[in-house]
Amino acid sequence: MKHLRIVTSFLMLSLFLLLSACSSQTPQQPSAAAPAPEKKEAKEITLATTTSTQDSGLLDYLLPIFEQQSAIKVKVVAVGTGQAIKLGEDGNADVLLVHARKSEDEFVAKGFGINAYDVMYNQFYIVGPADDPAGVKQVQTAKEAFGKIAEKKVTFISRGDDSGTDKKEKSIWTEAKIKPDNSWYLSSGQGMGETLQMTDEKKAYTLTDEATFLSRKLNLAVVMQGDKSLLNPYGIIQVKSSTKQEEGMKLIEFFTGAEGQKLIGQFGQKDYGKGLFVPNAKKR
Amino acid sequence: MMLTQDVWEVIWLSLKVTTSSVLIGMLAGIPFGAFLGLYSFPGKRLIVALIYTCMGLPPVLVGVIVYLLLSRYGPLGSFDLLFSAKAMIIAQVVLVTPIMAGLTMAAVHSKERAYWETAKSLGASPLQMMLTIIREARGGIWSGVAAAFGRAISEVGAVMLVGGNIEHHTRVMTTAIILETRTGNFAAGLQLGLVLLAISFLFNSFLMVGMMNQMKSRRR
Repeated sequence: MKHLRIVTSFLMLSLFLLLSACSSQTPQQPSAAAPAPEKKEAKEITLATTTSTQDSGLLDYLLPIFEQQSAIKVKVVAVGTGQAIKLGEDGNADVLLVHARKSEDEFVAKGFGINAYDVMYNQFYIVGPADDPAGVKQVQTAKEAFGKIAEKKVTFISRGDDSGTDKKEKSIWTEAKIKPDNSWYLSSGQGMGETLQMTDEKKAYTLTDEATFLSRKLNLAVVMQGDKSLLNPYGIIQVKSSTKQEEGMKLIEFFTGAEGQKLIGQFGQKDYGKGLFVPNAKKR
Repeated sequence: MMLTQDVWEVIWLSLKVTTSSVLIGMLAGIPFGAFLGLYSFPGKRLIVALIYTCMGLPPVLVGVIVYLLLSRYGPLGSFDLLFSAKAMIIAQVVLVTPIMAGLTMAAVHSKERAYWETAKSLGASPLQMMLTIIREARGGIWSGVAAAFGRAISEVGAVMLVGGNIEHHTRVMTTAIILETRTGNFAAGLQLGLVLLAISFLFNSFLMVGMMNQMKSRRR
């Protein structure tokens, strides 16, 4: 009985101390107490994106500005669009910045993504040896260009990695109703940089995004550009299962907002004489 | 992932490239290692130190060097070897030969005293003596083969760089796993990884059986 009383009074005392500790702390920092812990918890978000946005240097240019303004750190995982979307589906990323419209729409339709926006676009080029052995320069559209390459059986290197560029290339073959033959059609299964390198080594053709192509110095020439089917639109999508909705939305607002759009348009002008990306923000 | 024809093709190429490079590595590394284990000469220490260093060569470094050598703009560009299975074999030979040489050297060195005098007193020629000692040291040499095989078949950096992971041409198990992972097919990547593990297990089991038999026969 005596024991119990001692324990109870000890508990009461500690409870009292605890309470007084709490109440004595609160008045000291009345305004900062509420928002501060929230900010500390979610200061970092994961952006899953394609290799092209990182390899071109766009993110290195944009993200520091965003991080400084918002105090949110952005961890970039640069992978193929296929894997980027998978990262979103599995909830391993908070925001996606990718370029494969069909897969993006599916991602949203399946309920994995919300708040999808157009951000920017650039072009795809068909590049090949400067002497153009397949005569691609004579034709007007990407479809015809692929037809020429197939007809002459000049080596064509596909990324074959399910990336945005890869999907675009496959859709052009389908559009041209050509089933590429393994004897001249090689699937490298690697990123754009490696594939361009291989194309140069093998004197072959490939489809490349503008940004990666311009940032590499290779002996390849652009043999086809400007066709409508070679436009390469990028989208930014929030992952629905993300626990950092607010921060993710801030990043999206930055990319699609006036300042972000202006910065995107300017990016690359100094080094390449023209912007690598054309801003076109629009809610889908 | 089912064991479709494409997957078999990848497994088959992996085995072809690896066994070729291990065989070439054995042909070059075993005699060289045996020579180093048996004879001493000025500068041997340096060579031994170099071999031990090369046993741990980073595969990507080998990949870059072989890439530059074989590149169309490189010194061996005219052979048109880059992005072929041959290029992958070349890179792997560079990786496994020091392993074969180093482990053979260690194995031979440990047997040297016991057999050298006997073989010599029986009137063996230098070549015969070398063969005798290699035969006596085969347990250690086999473990060198196992190490080389394991290194070669699981290696990815060099074969990716010089082979290029081209479907139906230079895609091997490790590079296929990278591709599957990059495209989000983790299950397929994992399954290929298990196949890789199973092959290593089978190969090492064969070696083990061989070594066990040898030990038994020696006891008799």
